[in-house]
Amino acid sequence: MSATPNGAAAQPFVSHSIRLSLNGQDRQLDVLPWTTLLDLLREQLDLVGSKKGCDHGQCGACTVLRDGKRINACLTLAVMCDGAELTTIEGLADGDQLHPMQQAFIKHDAFQCGYCTPGQICSAVGLANEGRAHDTAQIQELMSGNLCRCGAYSNIRAAIEEVLEGKP
Amino acid sequence: MTAIGKPLDRVDGLLKVTGQARYAGEFPEERLLHGSVVSSTVAKGRVLRIDASRALALPGVVAVIDHLNRPRIASYDDAFQDDDAADGSPFRPLYNDRVLYSGQPLALVIADNLELARHAGSLVEIEYATEAFETDLLAMQEQAYASPQTPPKPRGNFQAEWSGAAVSLDLHYSTPVEHHNPMEPHASTVLYQPDGTLHIHDKTQGPQNCQAYVQKVFGLDKSQVRIFAAFVGGAFGSGLRPQYQLPLAVMASLALKRSVRVTLTRQQMFTFGYRPRTLQRLQMGAAADGRLLALGHTAIGQTSRFEDFSEHVVEWSGMLYHCDNVQLTYNLVPLDVFTPLDMRAPGAALGVIGLECAMDELACALGIDPVQLRLINYAERNQNEDKPWSSKALRECYSEGAERFGWSQRNPEPRSMRDGRQLIGWGMAGGVWEAMQMKASAKARIDGQGKLTVSSATTDIGTGTYTVMTQIAAQASGVAVEDVVFVLGDSSLPTAPLQGGSFTVSSVGTAVQQACEALTGKLLAIARQTYPVFTQAESVRFEDGQLHTGDVSVSLAQLVKDSGEDALEVQVDSEPGKKREGYSTATHSAVFVEVQVDEDLGTIKVSRVVSAIAAGRVVNPKMARSQILGGVVWGIGMALHEETQTDHQLGRFMNHSLAEYHIPVNADIGEIDVVFVEEHDEIVNALGSKGVGEIGIVGVAAAVANAIYHATGKRVREFPITLDKVL
Repeated sequence: MSATPNGAAAQPFVSHSIRLSLNGQDRQLDVLPWTTLLDLLREQLDLVGSKKGCDHGQCGACTVLRDGKRINACLTLAVMCDGAELTTIEGLADGDQLHPMQQAFIKHDAFQCGYCTPGQICSAVGLANEGRAHDTAQIQELMSGNLCRCGAYSNIRAAIEEVLEGKP
Repeated sequence: MTAIGKPLDRVDGLLKVTGQARYAGEFPEERLLHGSVVSSTVAKGRVLRIDASRALALPGVVAVIDHLNRPRIASYDDAFQDDDAADGSPFRPLYNDRVLYSGQPLALVIADNLELARHAGSLVEIEYATEAFETDLLAMQEQAYASPQTPPKPRGNFQAEWSGAAVSLDLHYSTPVEHHNPMEPHASTVLYQPDGTLHIHDKTQGPQNCQAYVQKVFGLDKSQVRIFAAFVGGAFGSGLRPQYQLPLAVMASLALKRSVRVTLTRQQMFTFGYRPRTLQRLQMGAAADGRLLALGHTAIGQTSRFEDFSEHVVEWSGMLYHCDNVQLTYNLVPLDVFTPLDMRAPGAALGVIGLECAMDELACALGIDPVQLRLINYAERNQNEDKPWSSKALRECYSEGAERFGWSQRNPEPRSMRDGRQLIGWGMAGGVWEAMQMKASAKARIDGQGKLTVSSATTDIGTGTYTVMTQIAAQASGVAVEDVVFVLGDSSLPTAPLQGGSFTVSSVGTAVQQACEALTGKLLAIARQTYPVFTQAESVRFEDGQLHTGDVSVSLAQLVKDSGEDALEVQVDSEPGKKREGYSTATHSAVFVEVQVDEDLGTIKVSRVVSAIAAGRVVNPKMARSQILGGVVWGIGMALHEETQTDHQLGRFMNHSLAEYHIPVNADIGEIDVVFVEEHDEIVNALGSKGVGEIGIVGVAAAVANAIYHATGKRVREFPITLDKVL
């Protein structure tokens, strides 16, 4: 139930209970129907690694993995994630052991300010899971939903290529 | 072991790839309030009435602040003037009922959570008395007046030499409004402390600039305001001035005595400073052998009604080439818009487009190779200042860049190269940016474990400040890189200038170097007091965390213990070296570009770029290369994509989103090869390092335009060069 035309709340808003696996942990959460996954992560769970660059699905900074597939958390309502397995940037490393994509991003200096980086890395991991990118041009095309204003694109490509080719 | 010159990975890399780096709007607190800005929908007029009743009726909405109920703020301009203020009367948020531009903040809704604040903001109704406005530079250019920041005086006799030259050109170029659009939107989190002081996480390139601003605007003591900016998600100039979310968040915090966060939406990222639109005229006269006889550069830039934003647009035309008859003119047109703001290589990124496109046109008119034409007119001195260069390896940029690119294979004839339907074009341009140095301070502290902590109130906006300062400190102290921590982003640290203009390494780096050298002096004094072998030692060296003389070594940790103190500490204030005064100091570049233009569709792809850079000593080649890569990407954006379009009927920007304001994406960026040429400089500063944040962008857009001409035979002088203009 949304607000009435005069702005007053007609009745208490009903929250929904969802269960999901978040970075390997089972969580039960009460979410309001309009809360986006991104706001759930950032505002309620203090998982601020997923970034808000536009809130409109235009920049990719909020990219997370749902059941291994990359999605824009800002365009996903939290209630849609009932039963999902979610991985955010905070859940990619295995303890102190970084995910190979994280390591490759550091090695190739595939970021500068770091704000688009969690989304780039999650998107790159999703890309690897898809198995669709076989050459540089395909990586470029399939990573073009993730903007980087610092302009680290060629280093991002180098990092992804290294991981996809399985090179150290 | 030398730390400087090593391609060290970013020392803050781990935090950034694991999502642990927190940016300004990411500091939670129990009961944190959220602000949402309500923006003007008209370009000019007065606010007659703000009706916030529907917003305030929502449970959880705490307050709506506007010009009528805001806390008291200063009433004189000087309180609002910050370190990067333009001449004039700075904008004052929520000051009175006047609307000066479309998108102006008119109210701040504060609520218990973000979603509620946003929703409540949409319920605030504002009634205006609108007035006639003007936002079109082209329509108003007759009203241009001289910028208060005047370019160098004319030299020689431009008019006579230009009209009498064997070849004379008169060319007009235009560049659009562009917005910085760092990926992180501007945000301020004001954490209201129990004692009433404010701890503020702000997106800024100058924590002390924001501290002084908040202090002056709100009449607070310096001790009551502390600004933090440990991580900044890009800025490119947008954080050089305090942006309005900062005073708005402070207003709410002071009014409610609560902690408040205000984050701008992406749409609101188009409601403050930007790179101004320019109209440029280049007049060049040359002898048949290519010598430049006359050069005139006139630029008209837009500004606001309340401030005269000035940047160095035309200066470069008086310094990049030798020319004895030069006339530089820079005028402004005030419009009903917000004041422009420095944006990556402010002025140079614009003026060098005109200059370097015109040089290409001149090369074609003369039938001289573009690189050769530049060599013919090589400037051995900076004629603007009549000074020699402290160093200038631009010749090496031309030759090494051309070599890497394969320039000698170029057929000068337009439309002479193709690959199927793709017309191939090769173009080049040169670039220049000042190598400035500012006053800066730094503190160095070494503890009994031999750990060195160095600090200064600068920032790291992605440039690599954390990393390069760590390297400079390690080099100057002999402490291993792993044992050095550099602390920044806190207004309580030793004074640092704004992070801008490519002068952070030069300014803060010098302070860091001097602080560490002073610390080693202290350590050596202790060694001389404590150990006889050092008392007499003529030559000593600091290396690997130890002090050495001959075969004898003592660890720095031991020396700290010997001092009887927990730690040793030194703070220094550094100033630009006196040696600089007799010289001009600048970075230079040569950029070579290959484009592919689809003959039928007009789509343009920059397939290959070689950027050769002369910037003195490179502290960290990995980080410096990244800076240049970023600059090249920006230059490609300027050439092909970026344009904030205004609806002059409404007086507002139309494409205020990342879907419609196009910046390059991964698929737009081809191969980029960065070359740092050898350049030795003992004058610019003790590090011999000039800074690389700006030089990477300068000249790129012109090189792309020149390549497009070479591919298509078509000169496009109105930027950006979109496909409709080449078809």
